[in-house]
Amino acid sequence: MADSAHGTHHAEMSFWRRYVFSTDHKVIGIQYSITALVFLFFGFSLMLLMRWQLAYPDQPLPIIGGLFGELRMPGGVMLPDFYNQLGAMHGTIMVFLGVVPLAVGGFGNFVVPLQIGAPDMAFPRLNMASYWALFLGGVTMFASFFVPGGAAQSGWTSYPPLSDIAPMGQTIWLVGMLFLIVSSLLGAINFITTILQLRAPGLTFMRFPFFVWAQFVTAFLLLLGFPPLQAAGIFQLMDRLAGTSFFLPSGLVVSGQPIAATGGGSPILWQHLFWFLAHPEVYVLILPAMGIVAEVVANNTRKPLWGYKSMVYSLLFLGFMSFIVWAHHMFITGMGTAMSSFFQTTTMIISIPSVIILSCLIISLWGGSIRFNTPMLFALAFLPMFGIGGLTGLPLGLATADIHLHDTYYVIGHFHYVVAPGTILALFAGIYYWYPKATGRKMSEFLGKLHFWPSFIFMNGVFLPMLIQGLHGVQRRLYDGGAAYAHAQPVLHLNKIMSYSAWGLALTQVFFIVNFFWSLRKGEKTSDNPWEATTIEWSAPSPPPHGNFVSMPQAYRGPYEYSVPGHPTDFLPQFSPGAGEKAKTGQAGKTSH
Amino acid sequence: MEIPYTVSERPDTGLNNVKIGIWLFLASEIMLFGALFASYILLRVGATKWPDGSSILSVPMAFTNTMVLISSSVTMVMAWASLMEKKLGRYRLFMGLTIVLGLAFLVIKFFEYRAKFHHGLHPSTSTFMALYFTLTGLHAAHVAGGIGINAYLWGPGLKLWERAPQQFTNRVETAGLFWHFVDLVWIFLFPVLYLL
Ligand code: HEM
Ligand SMILES: [Cu+2]
Repeated sequence: MADSAHGTHHAEMSFWRRYVFSTDHKVIGIQYSITALVFLFFGFSLMLLMRWQLAYPDQPLPIIGGLFGELRMPGGVMLPDFYNQLGAMHGTIMVFLGVVPLAVGGFGNFVVPLQIGAPDMAFPRLNMASYWALFLGGVTMFASFFVPGGAAQSGWTSYPPLSDIAPMGQTIWLVGMLFLIVSSLLGAINFITTILQLRAPGLTFMRFPFFVWAQFVTAFLLLLGFPPLQAAGIFQLMDRLAGTSFFLPSGLVVSGQPIAATGGGSPILWQHLFWFLAHPEVYVLILPAMGIVAEVVANNTRKPLWGYKSMVYSLLFLGFMSFIVWAHHMFITGMGTAMSSFFQTTTMIISIPSVIILSCLIISLWGGSIRFNTPMLFALAFLPMFGIGGLTGLPLGLATADIHLHDTYYVIGHFHYVVAPGTILALFAGIYYWYPKATGRKMSEFLGKLHFWPSFIFMNGVFLPMLIQGLHGVQRRLYDGGAAYAHAQPVLHLNKIMSYSAWGLALTQVFFIVNFFWSLRKGEKTSDNPWEATTIEWSAPSPPPHGNFVSMPQAYRGPYEYSVPGHPTDFLPQFSPGAGEKAKTGQAGKTSH
Repeated sequence: MEIPYTVSERPDTGLNNVKIGIWLFLASEIMLFGALFASYILLRVGATKWPDGSSILSVPMAFTNTMVLISSSVTMVMAWASLMEKKLGRYRLFMGLTIVLGLAFLVIKFFEYRAKFHHGLHPSTSTFMALYFTLTGLHAAHVAGGIGINAYLWGPGLKLWERAPQQFTNRVETAGLFWHFVDLVWIFLFPVLYLL
């Protein structure tokens, strides 16, 4: 590998090639991250609107209520159809345009090649194509709000027959999903190939940072899970455009009118195809987060991860199992006891590897001299929050308990605990942690803590009451938040608590946004390895040039050699040659090889 | 800066990047068609009555098409083998044949579709027809894509041969793997839709 002329070649490239149609994994990673953060914010805003309707059903939304027009909020009062659009699009956007693009497209792209000592991804142009497919998907989804009848309104799960007969927005949703699926497939192929082929010399599989493992397994989930949803999407498009009845049963009557369709289809078929992707997808949401937390925890406890190997094997087992639990979302479809028992059993089994990984991370804290910086606070918060999310999943996995809990706010509470205070806090940890690598500057610790504490508290304020409401039987997707139901009355006041918490959470994000931009210019300048970390990305200059490394890095040992007895510093990087030598940041990657 | 192993093999995996890439892509394709076939089974099992495919669809046409595609897989292998022997003329001949056979498949398919429409058989006619049109339509789209790739490698893409013969040969091999896969899907589709 030649180590010449990095700085010169990219100076010649035009602005467009450098920042817009770049093939550099770091630029693409940042494009993904920014796009995803914008969509996360947008998707969150949709929910903020819904929370008004839930807290104050049918009361006009003050000040901005009039902006949405007669078709959506006449006189500032939200129409049920519009509520449904907001809900469906909130879920779709948060999952497919927010968390996954940030966790996989953003962090995966930026960090993985650096962590394995590669000059770039294996297929740089495919990488660019995958970002632009996501972008087109995002634009399509956004545009669907403005077509006649508004955006998709059959939930992020798009269950037929409702979705088959919904207005045009659903067609646009399907087209948008096809773009997003293409994007993910291209990305997945690229990640797996990159990790297998472009590993630095000496970087054997058991020397991978846990984050690389997490992305590796995630890529397989995307690669094998998405095509069935693609098939389902094509079927649904056919149903909507070509008059087929893949998902329409015979004799369907809508609003008293028999509908004109051949029938003979099966709505349950959609559910199978959808959950065959969407269950692995929940691990796509969580595994990169676990990867980030593992990196941050090892770095800030200054200790090797406890049980690294069992974590890796758990991860592989979990990835495999995640393909055979999908029908636990379908216990009430009347699928029979044999099937229920099977999926109930596999669901209980898949909890084991999750518990192992979480336990290893918690035990890793034991006896560490913990540095409580901002990334670490977010990573630490992830542990109990993911714990609550996972534990609340167990009753859902038991068919009998799920009959009561299915379709209630309990389910919403469960998965938000995993995805929001779980994954999203971990993603913040990752942003604070790798920001210095991307920019050469640290984010402000003060603003970081101001961001962390209220976020942590408000998130629980939003999601804990959901579990309580759900246990009382309050159903999800009710546009009045249960106000019309007698059994919801004792827990109705919680709607206000949740709404205020959500709005508070939104305000808190101002600290993050200010910090993000302020630190770009004013943040404390850092060395190449400000956290005194051991993995290979920290041997590259900050920000790394095109081609990443000054000379080809090499891995000499495992990823987390912290506090090695006899070593002069408390960290012994993967990339520094001799154990006896003093590991100096930045220069340590220089090897004669 | 150059990406390693784009052409040559990485010693410990024994593969180059493109080879891994195409196998992964094919894995996702297997999941796609696997889901389509699984849906077929689920819908058929749930149906109260199911037509006899051979009485609606044209078995002779489909059989001809099966032969056409199998032959095209053979010519595709010959094209690649010719490149391995550095015989460019033969390569162009066999690749040309592969393209022509692919087009022949699509033409026959077109007449088949037209006959169905003439008889008033549309995707909306029945679940069986819906599956027939969707599955064969998706397959035909794959054939068309394959023809596009092959045509590129027959024409403008050939420039790479001068500069990097090994890389070009790899590309043809990759295109071949995709083409064989498309062939294989048809070999499943034919009996499932027309005979069973
Ligand atoms: C670790 C053990 C887990 C178990 C046993 C579990 C179990 C379940 C079950 C049985 C359901 C279906 C409930 C119903 O619809 O009635 C469910 C829903 C859900 N879970 Fe989990 N889960 C676990 C972890 C996770 C994780 C890690 C995530 C995401 C990161 C997640 C995300 C979701 C989502 C998004 C839904 C709801 C989808 C919907 O209906 O809209 N779960 N979970
Ligand atoms: Cu699930």
